[in-house]
Amino acid sequence: MKSALHLGSLMLLLVTWIVASHALGERLLPEPKTVALALIDEARSGALTFNLSVTLMRVFASFAIAMVLGTLIGLLMGRSPIFDWLADPWLIVLLNLPALVIIVLAYIWAGLTDTAAIAAVALNKLPIAIVTIREGARALDPTLDEMATVFRMSGGSRLLYVTLPQLAPYLVATTRSGLSLVWKIVLIVEMLGRPNGVGFEIGAAFQLFDVTRILAYALAFTVVMLVIEAFLVQPLERHVSRWRLRPA
Amino acid sequence: MYPAGVSGRLELHIKNKSYRAATGGRLHVLGELSITLAKGEVAALVGPSGCGKTTLLRIIMGLDRDFEGVVSLPADRRLGVVFQEPRLLPWWTVEENIRLAAPQASPGAVSALFATLGLTEHRLHYPGELSLGLARRVALARAFAIEPDLLILDEPFVSLDASLAERLRAELIELVSRRPVTTLIVTHSIDEAIGLADRVFLLSSSPARIVADVPIDNPRGSRSPGEIAVMANRIRSAANSA
Repeated sequence: MKSALHLGSLMLLLVTWIVASHALGERLLPEPKTVALALIDEARSGALTFNLSVTLMRVFASFAIAMVLGTLIGLLMGRSPIFDWLADPWLIVLLNLPALVIIVLAYIWAGLTDTAAIAAVALNKLPIAIVTIREGARALDPTLDEMATVFRMSGGSRLLYVTLPQLAPYLVATTRSGLSLVWKIVLIVEMLGRPNGVGFEIGAAFQLFDVTRILAYALAFTVVMLVIEAFLVQPLERHVSRWRLRPA
Repeated sequence: MYPAGVSGRLELHIKNKSYRAATGGRLHVLGELSITLAKGEVAALVGPSGCGKTTLLRIIMGLDRDFEGVVSLPADRRLGVVFQEPRLLPWWTVEENIRLAAPQASPGAVSALFATLGLTEHRLHYPGELSLGLARRVALARAFAIEPDLLILDEPFVSLDASLAERLRAELIELVSRRPVTTLIVTHSIDEAIGLADRVFLLSSSPARIVADVPIDNPRGSRSPGEIAVMANRIRSAANSA
């Protein structure tokens, strides 16, 4: 039932696309078939795989940096009021700094390098991760903490078995929102200052008004992210909530 | 202060314990009181609700260090605690909960505990799937699995139905007799205290002092309801004359 509905709504999307393409003309909105052929062309030349993997690498690197730092800082801020008061103004500045400003400044200060690109994306995601994890750290159950103290659990096993499982819903939420945010910003970063990747290709196609190639790359990368969602994020989510009672 | 003590012996001398009240001023919770338990002795603390029993336990457990006095714990300071609520980790199974609190416990010892407490078929369940009675049993198993020098139970059988509480009390008596351990049980029921302990401390209302220290002579578990009633009356009259 669920997959039938999914398939039906996907077919509807395709039909809408074809109808719109006839209404607007091939130049503004090429048909699905044209886009598919362009996609196959790019795949044959090896450019598609190369650009996708370069972009994916940037997505994962910046995502990982933002998540690790965000979890650490978020935990600290949620647990220690002094650290929270100290870091809060920084957090608010970072939260409200436009992505474009961070990207441009990173390129000016660190040069047009991958390091600058990845750092800029990570900095964009970082404050959101911190805010979410901080909420989780504030909601930690003090009675379980006392239990761990009384039973003299070691610091490592406390973090692993008592604290992180309590943060799991917050970690999954930041993963979900984070991946989608990060890959969008990575494309902008690539368009502004990298010589390869999906963002660069789309930027180049934009200069030539090549809508077919823009759609081909956008489509390919969306599929990749859907696969990650289905085979990485959702299984992770199921694992994390395995202990919850399922409705009968 | 928490000096290292004699093996298996608990010594507690509190001069004063008060909280800063939310409205300002100080709330006097514990008065001057001393408790000494010999190795293997089982004592019950009985007092009206709100008299500071849980505060006293938190001081012994080292969770509250803001008090005047001295607590000397058994030498190894291995505490087995059964809190008022079971306080299990909901995302780990029953068996994992025990393992995490007592990593050094042998699989055989854990299985024996499960068998005594009727938990064998629940070892792979998550705490959310257990009734309160079963969760209390898991908390009991966890406290015994670490082979404690001092066992602390804070109203462990509250809000269970009478027959289930009776069964759990019998299981507790069996566990303590199998491996003697210095034990402190907090309860508000004098009958429960007499049924479980060798010695009953009666506390006054807040700020708590000890108003009676009554030894119970018959061995645990062999006390008939009649004997318990007689002793309960003796303790109540001791409380009234104090």
